[in-house]
Amino acid sequence: MKKGWAVLLLAASLTAAGCSSNNDDGGNAGNGGASASSQASASASTVDWAPIIDSYRQFSVEQADTFIAETDKFVAAVKSGDIDTAKQLYAPTRMYYERIEPIAEALGDLDPDIDARENDVEDKDWRGFHRIEKFLWVDNTTAGAEDYADRLLEDAKSLRALMETVEIEPALLVTGAVELLNEVSSSKVTGEEERYSHTDLYDFAANVEGARKIYDLLQPELAKKDAALDTSIGTSFTNLEDALADYKSGDGYVSYTDLKEEDTKKLSQLIDALAEPLSQMGVILGA
Amino acid sequence: MENGNRNDTGNSTKQDQPQAGETPLLEQSFEERQASGLLHKSVSRRELLKMAGIGGAGLLLGAAGLGAVFKGNVFGEAAPATRASSRPNSSGIVDFYGTHQAGIATPSPNFILFAAFDVTSGSLDSVRSLFQAWTAAAAAMTRGEPVGEESGNDHLPPTDTGEAVGLSPSRTTITFGVGPSFFDNRFGLAGKRPAALVDFPAFGGDELRPEWCGGDIAVQVCSDDMQVAFHAIRNLSRIGRGKVVLRWTQEGFQRTSAADPEGATPRNLLGFKDGTANPDTASETEMSEVVWAQAGDGANWMNGGTYMAVRRVRMRIEVWDRSTLADQEQTFGRHRASGAPLGSRNEFDAVDLDAKDANGKPLIPLNSHVRLARGDGSARILRRSYSYSSGMDNKTGQLDAGLLFICFNRDSRKQFIPMQQKLGQSDLLNEYIVHNGSAHFACFPGVRQGGYVGETLF
Ligand code: HEM
Repeated sequence: MKKGWAVLLLAASLTAAGCSSNNDDGGNAGNGGASASSQASASASTVDWAPIIDSYRQFSVEQADTFIAETDKFVAAVKSGDIDTAKQLYAPTRMYYERIEPIAEALGDLDPDIDARENDVEDKDWRGFHRIEKFLWVDNTTAGAEDYADRLLEDAKSLRALMETVEIEPALLVTGAVELLNEVSSSKVTGEEERYSHTDLYDFAANVEGARKIYDLLQPELAKKDAALDTSIGTSFTNLEDALADYKSGDGYVSYTDLKEEDTKKLSQLIDALAEPLSQMGVILGA
Repeated sequence: MENGNRNDTGNSTKQDQPQAGETPLLEQSFEERQASGLLHKSVSRRELLKMAGIGGAGLLLGAAGLGAVFKGNVFGEAAPATRASSRPNSSGIVDFYGTHQAGIATPSPNFILFAAFDVTSGSLDSVRSLFQAWTAAAAAMTRGEPVGEESGNDHLPPTDTGEAVGLSPSRTTITFGVGPSFFDNRFGLAGKRPAALVDFPAFGGDELRPEWCGGDIAVQVCSDDMQVAFHAIRNLSRIGRGKVVLRWTQEGFQRTSAADPEGATPRNLLGFKDGTANPDTASETEMSEVVWAQAGDGANWMNGGTYMAVRRVRMRIEVWDRSTLADQEQTFGRHRASGAPLGSRNEFDAVDLDAKDANGKPLIPLNSHVRLARGDGSARILRRSYSYSSGMDNKTGQLDAGLLFICFNRDSRKQFIPMQQKLGQSDLLNEYIVHNGSAHFACFPGVRQGGYVGETLF
């Protein structure tokens, strides 16, 4: 998935540069074969992307800045041996990251450094949130997690620094929203993301909020291009958000272990119901 | 499987062979194909896709290029040629449109994928538009075509999911129905619920499991190819996403026409011929009497439709395997090898329920399956079941296999239900089977080109 994003970034910039190999092939395919890419950029140019991209950049920078500030507090709790505070801060802190995960995933190895689960990477390379999660919930201690905490804060700062260099393409936004929901449907709704803390619903909610942000930014253009699709996405978002609200508890969410099979099934079906029309948002990029 | 379509032969698809005298497409270079203007003349979908599928040409054309070619009407020109040859046994196309839905009185293909859906969106408009979209997609897929034209926009997911590309129509049928729960207060259709579409009563021996029961909508896909069947269910559920969710599914099979080119009566997993005493699907009179709902039966929107009972019947395979041949034959009232009624020689010999042995005992036992199912012969059904094998039961380590029993009848209250009530109470077969799943559906009448499935109801 990380790889997917990297390729996508590349493809998107190639398209913009007008040297996509698809363009050439499209020409070869005869009259009927006007290339999809050139159609895409032609009509993409009728959308004024600059303000949309700017807003999204602003949003992700805000999230990243808060992410650093919150990680700082979390790290301080881990290093001072305050396990209760560390456990409390763990899930809310991660939400700032989860909202902008597509951007992070486009930035090289940072995603695994921050967010790899056990066995996703070799043990010697395993660090980040989930390594600390295991200390806190399985070993029930902060002892030994201090170095990982320091590294986490450094990685969070590198993420923020690298964000200055990334160019956000329209295609990244459009697919990013779907990717966020794919994240939910492949690991959060199954309880595989937060194996030890069972705080999966925090990530779930943050991914959905991240997708919602992108949709809100694209919505006016989408409504012009395909009103029915826009309505269908809007309704599906509301259905999902309403369902998720049932699992709120205080400022956060109930533990994944409180969910019954019918709960996860319902949530999963609502994700699919939203992600399918959302995956059609590319109409604002193309023919 | 229990279908009595005995002369239903395998299909051999020849439509994709290159014409004599033409250089096979795959051997031409890309330039040659261009020079010969091939991309502008009629090419069958399979030729085109084969071309695109192999590395070189695929890369040259590119996904976008291919989409564009489809759009550029090459496929559109090819379609009529396919349709012209739509005799079921040569093209493998079973007409989707007609007086009755296909997949009921049409011959049974080798495989089934049955799916029950629940509707999640609350409006009749949304259900209607779903059925319109499903009709178009189903009609296309039964012709072996993709569900829709590709957009040519490579920022969008492909319209069709692609796994049936290049595969023949494979006698695929797609049949739709709606269950009792569809007529609650959600769509304002409660008043149109046919009296015959009852909730089944509890039957003797039922051990129903919620994960294999009910459903607002039934979609029965039958096909000679499991991948083609899967493609159909997958694309229909994709089209329905946000409006319907899957409730349960079951795959089934019977011996393929490759394994039995003669098309003899198939055997179920208990080893007995199954389908011998089915009504004659070729007889319109018999079908009208047994299967098709008629004007005056109740709900007018069901005229030409039929009621479908689905039962997932698990077989106690291990128990059956240690029962003696004599017990097995007494259980059904037929000989295992020939399928003949006990005391007779041939499969299609008349079933004589009065026949007695030397001691004056009935040859066909009083509680045998055939005797009980036959009753006085006044209530009949059209059985169209498939065997299923769903791996292993993890609780017991035994095989989870049996019969996906499907039957069609004009009024389940007068046909299937009384029959199953008798069987559930007394059938000798009950020692070897258990009913785990159950559903009842009203299958719509057929649809004409330009119309859509469910039109008479919505
Ligand atoms: C696992 C479950 C079942 C098995 C293995 C099974 C098997 C068979 C077999 C081997 C025959 C004899 C051959 C034939 O005429 O097709 C038969 C006949 C029949 N079965 Fe079943 N069957 C099952 C369930 C049912 C159910 C649930 C019904 C209906 C409620 C049913 C109704 C009939 C009828 C109507 C006949 C024809 C009787 C006649 O007129 O001779 N069967 N079945």
